[in-house]
Amino acid sequence: MLKRVFSYGFLTIAAIISFFPFLWMIISSTNKSVDVTKGRLLPGSHFLENLNNLLETVDLVPALINSAKISITTTILSLLIASLAGYGFEIYQSKAKDMVFNFLLLSMMIPFAALMVPLFRMFGSISQTAPFIGIDTFAAVILPTVTTAFLIFFFRQSTKMFPKDILEAGRIDGLTELGCFFRIYVPTMKTTYSAAAIITFMASWNSYLWPLVVLQSPENQTIPLLISVLGSSYSPDFGVIMTAIVIATLPAAFIFFIMQKQFVAGMMGSVK
Amino acid sequence: MITVKTKQNFQPMHSTRSLRIKNTAIGWSFIALATVLICLFYFYPMVQALIMSMQSGTGTNLTFVGLDNYARLLQDPTFLTTVKNTVIYLIIQVPIMIILALFISVLLNDKTLKLKGVFRTAIFLPCVTSLVAYSVIFKYLFGQEGIINIFLLKLSIISEPIQWLTDPFWAKMAIIVAITWRWTGYNMIFYLSALQNIDHSIYEAAKIDGASPFQIFFKITIPLLKPIILFTSITSTIGTLQLFDEVMNITQGGPGNATMTISQYIYNLSFKYTPDFGYAATVSYAIVIMIVIFSIIQFKVAGDKNA
Repeated sequence: MLKRVFSYGFLTIAAIISFFPFLWMIISSTNKSVDVTKGRLLPGSHFLENLNNLLETVDLVPALINSAKISITTTILSLLIASLAGYGFEIYQSKAKDMVFNFLLLSMMIPFAALMVPLFRMFGSISQTAPFIGIDTFAAVILPTVTTAFLIFFFRQSTKMFPKDILEAGRIDGLTELGCFFRIYVPTMKTTYSAAAIITFMASWNSYLWPLVVLQSPENQTIPLLISVLGSSYSPDFGVIMTAIVIATLPAAFIFFIMQKQFVAGMMGSVK
Repeated sequence: MITVKTKQNFQPMHSTRSLRIKNTAIGWSFIALATVLICLFYFYPMVQALIMSMQSGTGTNLTFVGLDNYARLLQDPTFLTTVKNTVIYLIIQVPIMIILALFISVLLNDKTLKLKGVFRTAIFLPCVTSLVAYSVIFKYLFGQEGIINIFLLKLSIISEPIQWLTDPFWAKMAIIVAITWRWTGYNMIFYLSALQNIDHSIYEAAKIDGASPFQIFFKITIPLLKPIILFTSITSTIGTLQLFDEVMNITQGGPGNATMTISQYIYNLSFKYTPDFGYAATVSYAIVIMIVIFSIIQFKVAGDKNA
């Protein structure tokens, strides 16, 4: 009995601590800045006013569009590249390919902080010959992050469960190897793709360091950059900042709630 | 020796040599794009960084200086401070978070527990926030007149507000609390799914043998979860060694350099101070070396048996 009480007590406290910052963020977005600083914990009626102020002070909509463009492109390309590779490593398995695979996995140990400077110089030097993929372009944001060994690994692990006999049937029916992939594999692996899509989209939507380095003009700003700038202002309007954070966080929270299973499956992909 | 019938015996008749070569070429073409991109955007920059780490100069005017940068590293007080800060985050935050996550997941794994889904979702929820967004929220929660100080004052735990963001010690604590909030639920999910895979009869047998919950936890649960604990502690270590977003947005490295991390120092060296890409590359190799060392230590501590 005592153990019961302790369990519920501990979990309740943990749940409240986990949830409180969300609650505070949502409540603060409906209050005036003065009230937020006073520690008001009741919902107010100033959300629209805050939203209005937000839209006037920063380019929120363009930033949302930029973030959406970058995240959607990254997700589509990532899934295509990683699933082709994961499929290739598993279906056409060979010793040499396994060596390449293990080599690629090493890249997971490389910290991004170590890549940042050489990548910046790489894109800096491309800028002169091909400005459309140089510094301050979306291509420069997307390209270095579009292929991750983690995602290739994830697809390879999932492909282990894939019934390979179907491919043989497809080949007999005259499908090419690429046809087998697009016509049979992709439709069968919908769950894997949606899990991978969520993980990739979230990572891209939330990424901060590389866009901070590579995107320089204000019109290319993404949502995390915008929030960071708002958050570091000297005379912050808390209501407005919290409104911005609510808007930036809600899409991710919404995706998480409707696709919780795939989300967890995506995380687990790394340890199966 | 027992001969095992392999799948090869059932290969279709037409798998002649030419077809096999064709198939090999197709197989390689599937993995070519990903391999090229990873080499181009991970391994090639690492080689570049190695070369740069032996150069010095401002901006793009770099000259070869051999190992001078590495010598400078060991005498650079800012670098040593950032290493110290990062290691403090690592050795305090990672164990606290892992123990907390383990503990919560064991509580949640109780079959008779009600509201399990609510608890799990609430504790996992912090993982959906972007690092920047939650950092900004925590910056205000930890403010001088922030809600955390208001709470602590009202509950009479403290008599005057804690200088969360301006005191070198409390600023580090604020960062640690923030990271723990963000990642505990994430690790919990890993343990929870591993716990669900453990056969329940093992616990029943232990209970019949009179094992206490304490013994069950340390003698059964922990050893069975060892591989996953190792996995999460390595990913957490790699994550903490690269810590950037939180510190940048909560304290900006201050007060002084009291919370600055190695990643942030690299960023400052390259983009905030007069750019010194060569030395920044040297510092970034320090992170790589630390990741390798800490991963080896964790493998050794966990013992190579189950790892």
